[in-house]
Amino acid sequence: MKRISLPWKNLIRKPGRTCALVLLTAFLALSVFGGSLVVLSLRSGLNSLEARLGADIIVVPASATSKINVQELLLQGTTGTFYMNAANLKRAAEVNGVEKLAAQTFLASLKAECCSSKVQVIGFDPKTDFIVQPWIAQSLAHELGEGEVVVGSKVEAEVGETIRLYNARCKVAARLSPTGTGLDTAVYCSHVTMKMLLKAAEDKGISHKVTSDSDDLISAIYVKVKDGYDIDEVTGNLNLHVRKVSAVRTKSMITDVSDSLAAVSGTVTLLIIAVWVLAFIILLIAFAMISNERKREFAVLRLVGTSRRMLSRMVLAESALSSFLGALAGIGVAAAVVLPFATLIETSLNLPYLTPGTGTVLLLALGTLIATVFIGSLASAFAAFRLSRIDPGAILREGN
Amino acid sequence: MILKAESIAKRYFRKTGEANYFYAVKPVDLTLESGTVTVLMGRSGSGKTTLLNMLSGLLWPSEGQLWLGETNVYSLDDWRLSRLRNEQIGVVPQGRSAIDTLTVMENVLLPGALYGKADKTGMARKWLEEMGIGHLADARPGELSGGELRRMAIARAMTMNPQVILADEPTGDLDDENTALVLNAFRTAASQGKIVFLVTHETDALRYTDRAFQMDAGEIQLVK
Repeated sequence: MKRISLPWKNLIRKPGRTCALVLLTAFLALSVFGGSLVVLSLRSGLNSLEARLGADIIVVPASATSKINVQELLLQGTTGTFYMNAANLKRAAEVNGVEKLAAQTFLASLKAECCSSKVQVIGFDPKTDFIVQPWIAQSLAHELGEGEVVVGSKVEAEVGETIRLYNARCKVAARLSPTGTGLDTAVYCSHVTMKMLLKAAEDKGISHKVTSDSDDLISAIYVKVKDGYDIDEVTGNLNLHVRKVSAVRTKSMITDVSDSLAAVSGTVTLLIIAVWVLAFIILLIAFAMISNERKREFAVLRLVGTSRRMLSRMVLAESALSSFLGALAGIGVAAAVVLPFATLIETSLNLPYLTPGTGTVLLLALGTLIATVFIGSLASAFAAFRLSRIDPGAILREGN
Repeated sequence: MILKAESIAKRYFRKTGEANYFYAVKPVDLTLESGTVTVLMGRSGSGKTTLLNMLSGLLWPSEGQLWLGETNVYSLDDWRLSRLRNEQIGVVPQGRSAIDTLTVMENVLLPGALYGKADKTGMARKWLEEMGIGHLADARPGELSGGELRRMAIARAMTMNPQVILADEPTGDLDDENTALVLNAFRTAASQGKIVFLVTHETDALRYTDRAFQMDAGEIQLVK
């Protein structure tokens, strides 16, 4: 028998006591790992959204703002259909301070026989677009051709397959990397393909025409403001000079999302702190109770020649070991709950949600492991100190 | 080798009464020599266990000094004193002194495991057999009777082959047969050059001893 095996023997041969300690620390690890993972995923989602938006102002038909939540449509990719005349693009270009413009046309497919699935179809002009094209370029080497689409990461279609939209068949040319938003379920195509799809929708009896020619239809204009110009002023000018539109600063949309995210993060952080403080107090009490119950055992250890320092180390090793096991269990459970249900969490929070990369998740797990073992050891440190100063003679006489 | 107590005493503070402290053990001069068995007898509360605890280095005396050979025991720091107790002093305490999460064999091997000593399994087995509980080596303390636990504690104290054996009521839970077995073992240890000091109520123990002291109200008197 080796001294080093004593803490382990104590843990495995008192399964009830060990289980209670492991459960407590598992709860600690679960809360910090699970909570932090959700907060990190929300931040990661927002960053990805900001990076992809790329425009300073978004212009949509004024009627759209009353029909649907434009912010949700643009940021979360919820399905919606609204149109305005493409002439608005020319008018917007004339506004002072506008550097470049990109138009997009939306079409919501149906959950019906004519369509593979209900998705938001976004048409853009590859020649002028600066919103979608940069991230499409990461997945697709050539220019998007007629009848070709690029799908979001969550659309169930592989590259090379065809999907059906209003009975029109489109070839999947590329798949985008995830954004953590509803945009992951969108399908992107060129204006040329979009015209074909609008025609197909019309043939199915679904028409949203605002002009006689589908060439003139656009849904949103994305505006990049020249350096040195006040974005708020340009937004105001767009609202003033282009009729029947609503120009909105993207930053204010992001700020709204960011505010919601901050609220969720704050709540999660508070909950984590509360759980940790509570668990720390419970651990302190648990270790104090356990050490009281085991006073005689520690007196025997002192009797046979265990030094104070050795005794403290044994107590700390035991608590570190049980905390380690608890941390592993907590991290495991949190990973099993949070990672596979990312979509469900995204839907229920209605915020951009993008699980961080494996490296970040592993680092977070390691951090949680270290923090849990540290807290577990810290909680037992007081008990270890007290036990190292017991009077073995007096304790061994107790109860005789 | 000798274990020598020089005016060793233990005082405790108390809140009531005329004096604000009392002596559990009044200053005692005591020399225990190799090859002898010494017995300390006395009523409960007379200070016997307190004296034994001071002789084992477990309880710091209020005054006086303790020498083991050339070593001033209470001048050692905790680590050195613990190591000295581990290697040279075998203590059999009063009452139950087993660690429940370890088997009987592991309990007996415990002192040897602390400072990475050579494997003592052979010695442990020998002493368990000697104490008549060899068949219980793999049992857990919860499965043992009071007498068996007492003999396990004696086997644990003996396994390290210490120079000094201090036993507090070592025959307390034992029947006559096992009392004789244990006292014989202590006598044999003394004949091999050990210092043996027993605290007991057993008058039978006097037959196995070289010297005997009576303790009363913290004072000792030589009776044999």
